[in-house]
Amino acid sequence: MNAPEDTAPLLAVEDLVVDYRLHRKLRLRALKGVSITVGRGECVGLVGESGSGKSTLGKAVLGLAAVTSGRISFDGEDITHARGAARRRLANDIQVVFQDPYGSLDPTMTVGEVLAEPLLVAGTKRAQAGAVVAEMLDRVRLPTDAVHRYPSEFSGGQRQRIAIARALVRRPRLIVCDEPVSALDLTTQATILDLFIDLQRETGVAYLFVSHDLGVVRRICHRVSVMYQGEIVESGPTRTVAHEPTHPYTRRLLLAAPVADPVRQAERRATWLGLRDSA
Amino acid sequence: MTAAPFPATLAPVKRISLWRRYLRRPLGVVALGVLMVVVAAAVLAPWLSPFDPNLVDFKLTHATPGDGHPLGGDSAGRDILSRLLYGARTTLFGAVITCVAGLLLGVPAGVAAGYFGGVTDRVCSWISDALQSVPGMIVLLVVAAGTGQDFAVLMVALGIFLAPGYYRITRARALAVRREPYIDAARVAGVTNPRILRTHMLRAVYAPIVVQTALTAGIAIGMQAGLQFLGIGSASTPSWGQMMNDGFKNMLTYPLILLWPSIALGVTIAALAFIGSTLADLISVRTEQPARRARLRVRQALAGPAPAPGDLPDRVSSGTHEHQAADCALRIENLRVGYATPTGVKEVVRGVSLDAAPGEVLGIVGESGSGKTQTIFTVLDLLPSGGTAVADGIWVDGREVGRLPSAERATLLGRSIGYVPQEPMSNLDPCYTVERQLVEPLRHVHGLSKTAARARAREVLVRVGITDPDRVLASYPHQISGGMAQRVLIAGAVAGRPSLLVADEPTTALDVTVQAEVLELLRELQQEYGMALVIVTHNFGVVADICDRVVVMKDGRIVETGPVERIFRHPEDPYTAELISASLDDTEGRHELDEAWDRDPRLDADLDRSAAHVGGEDDAR
Repeated sequence: MNAPEDTAPLLAVEDLVVDYRLHRKLRLRALKGVSITVGRGECVGLVGESGSGKSTLGKAVLGLAAVTSGRISFDGEDITHARGAARRRLANDIQVVFQDPYGSLDPTMTVGEVLAEPLLVAGTKRAQAGAVVAEMLDRVRLPTDAVHRYPSEFSGGQRQRIAIARALVRRPRLIVCDEPVSALDLTTQATILDLFIDLQRETGVAYLFVSHDLGVVRRICHRVSVMYQGEIVESGPTRTVAHEPTHPYTRRLLLAAPVADPVRQAERRATWLGLRDSA
Repeated sequence: MTAAPFPATLAPVKRISLWRRYLRRPLGVVALGVLMVVVAAAVLAPWLSPFDPNLVDFKLTHATPGDGHPLGGDSAGRDILSRLLYGARTTLFGAVITCVAGLLLGVPAGVAAGYFGGVTDRVCSWISDALQSVPGMIVLLVVAAGTGQDFAVLMVALGIFLAPGYYRITRARALAVRREPYIDAARVAGVTNPRILRTHMLRAVYAPIVVQTALTAGIAIGMQAGLQFLGIGSASTPSWGQMMNDGFKNMLTYPLILLWPSIALGVTIAALAFIGSTLADLISVRTEQPARRARLRVRQALAGPAPAPGDLPDRVSSGTHEHQAADCALRIENLRVGYATPTGVKEVVRGVSLDAAPGEVLGIVGESGSGKTQTIFTVLDLLPSGGTAVADGIWVDGREVGRLPSAERATLLGRSIGYVPQEPMSNLDPCYTVERQLVEPLRHVHGLSKTAARARAREVLVRVGITDPDRVLASYPHQISGGMAQRVLIAGAVAGRPSLLVADEPTTALDVTVQAEVLELLRELQQEYGMALVIVTHNFGVVADICDRVVVMKDGRIVETGPVERIFRHPEDPYTAELISASLDDTEGRHELDEAWDRDPRLDADLDRSAAHVGGEDDAR
């Protein structure tokens, strides 16, 4: 499945500005007029260093960060300031997977309770919810007897699978993934990324994929936007951005990630040092 | 993806409930038993009491124990044992009312204040503070007078005064939980605020509330007895406080009358206090310090019999030495690390030998659970409690240190060994400035004067690339970024000019741009000072960037050792090859993957490759 044509994007963010209030008077502008679109079944990456505003954009889409100005629309509907019942209705369509595989699951709930919660609040009957939960566990390749266990009994990669299953139970059309593989071992990263791709092909869900690692983004995203200090400095198909970056910041970001080859890495490091010292 | 990354069914785990763990504490069991006896006495009072507690028999006035009255009679000629049993009813009934009132007021207010913050928090906290500053006893006496000495109302009033205890503990817990990502996830999942409060928040505060209730009940019983002692409460209802009052009046002539209710009261309150402290222990302390004997057992199990020829390969050391012992900055021979578990000794490092020479960068690579961090924590002598290490030898700077007492081991840190941790932020104390945290070790370990230590700290900060050292020195850890904090920690590690620098996943918590900076800095410092650098990582990219030699670990053993170029060109162990190929560098991007998928979805070769090469998945932390 290739990225579908962008006739009417699923998610459209236009000229978004988000301020954080540090003190009574001091404000920090985390996003300075950012625009992106995500099509149906598409994966769009947001990449940048910490403090670049990439996570803030994800939070704004989820309604977890207050928007100062600009517009976020989902499937044509303005959701910029959706609150209360309107926001809860969006839970049908927009879901999230967070970075921290430890903090993102309630340690006092069994996996079954964690996965059933989004269904029960939507009014699904308990028996039916159980069936959906079993199906989702199977989808994320976890054994079904996991429902009786607590999150602490699982490894980081397995917990991230549980978090992905929770995001999927309501069959959303968009999942915001906030650094979902950054806390995992490299081998686990690879399997979780492949799971994301498989699930996208099976369900047609779209991802807004936030990461600091261009290697991860290149693997999973169709398009990518590079963020730096609250602005998008470069956007385009991942293939183009990852191989022929035009903005110097993208080039530095690309060279900063070490490759598993000593000879090539020595060359890259030399180039990176040159870029850093000239910047 | 066809290959399941782990078994289809999970092995059953032994989950030990709080109740079962409680029953293992002798003090807690005795305290609980005592409380059960008091409760039973209260419930069964009508059947257990030999007499009506209010029956007056003048012959019994001030009677000594005996003659059908085991505890004797009081100053009005009533049977003391009967009054004591009925008094237990009053006492427990009052304690229950007080605790329920405190719970119903304090817990919902605390959860709401912690979760919503803002105005809710300010109003609730103000009321709580006000309640605590009011002289409670006087208000209770006024309430008693105003309500015609209604016992239940009085106990509710007492509960209101004890509610701030519940409020503060609940609010603190709710404040911490509110920031957890799972609360955000619940909100995104469409869970309403009342439901979040009812499920996630209440579950989070449950355990401390149980502890608090045991303690509150004890306080409530004490306060209640005090009020009754002052003469509050119906004269026809027997109570311990009232009995103490009676005994107090005749204390010098008939001391036994005071003794009985005092014992009952003291024992009940003590039982509740011990129950509370046992619960608090169980909830806050997850692991128990193993006894000396248990540690010795682990040591024996690890040392084991000397490996005979043809013995299990498990008992033979893994890994090789590259340098002469005298030339090494670090040399480990046949290291084993084990933890005592209920089912026996769990070995996490199973015979590891390695070495590193000055000026060399050694990488220890493996997935989490491979024992790489345990290995270097042994070098630092910083194993978590319960961990026991046994080695044929550990040499630092050519000197055998493995058998030194731990006080002497500690002096190596900062002098011979520098340490760079994984999480920069949690390794700086938020209460002290950077200056203090850098200068204090220099003064204590190296005996520098205050000004000399500060000058040295400033100089090292400049060396690690901090352009405004004076501002950073004056800052608290929360005022600097994660990358800056890691530079500060590196500065601290090299300030004492160690011959060995140990770095545990120094870049895992940082993003790629900062990671490149930190690696560059470590490389420069290592070359400049001629240190041996031992770097623990799960990322072969980091290995390719900085290491001269690599040690690959799996399940507590070394599977392969060798120079970086050779390991990458011709990995001898398949596991090494798997780890190297886990890097996403030269894999297909999404476009190539989709093109392959479009051609034939079944031949999704690349995805299968990455699914099959993973044995068990785990995380980097």
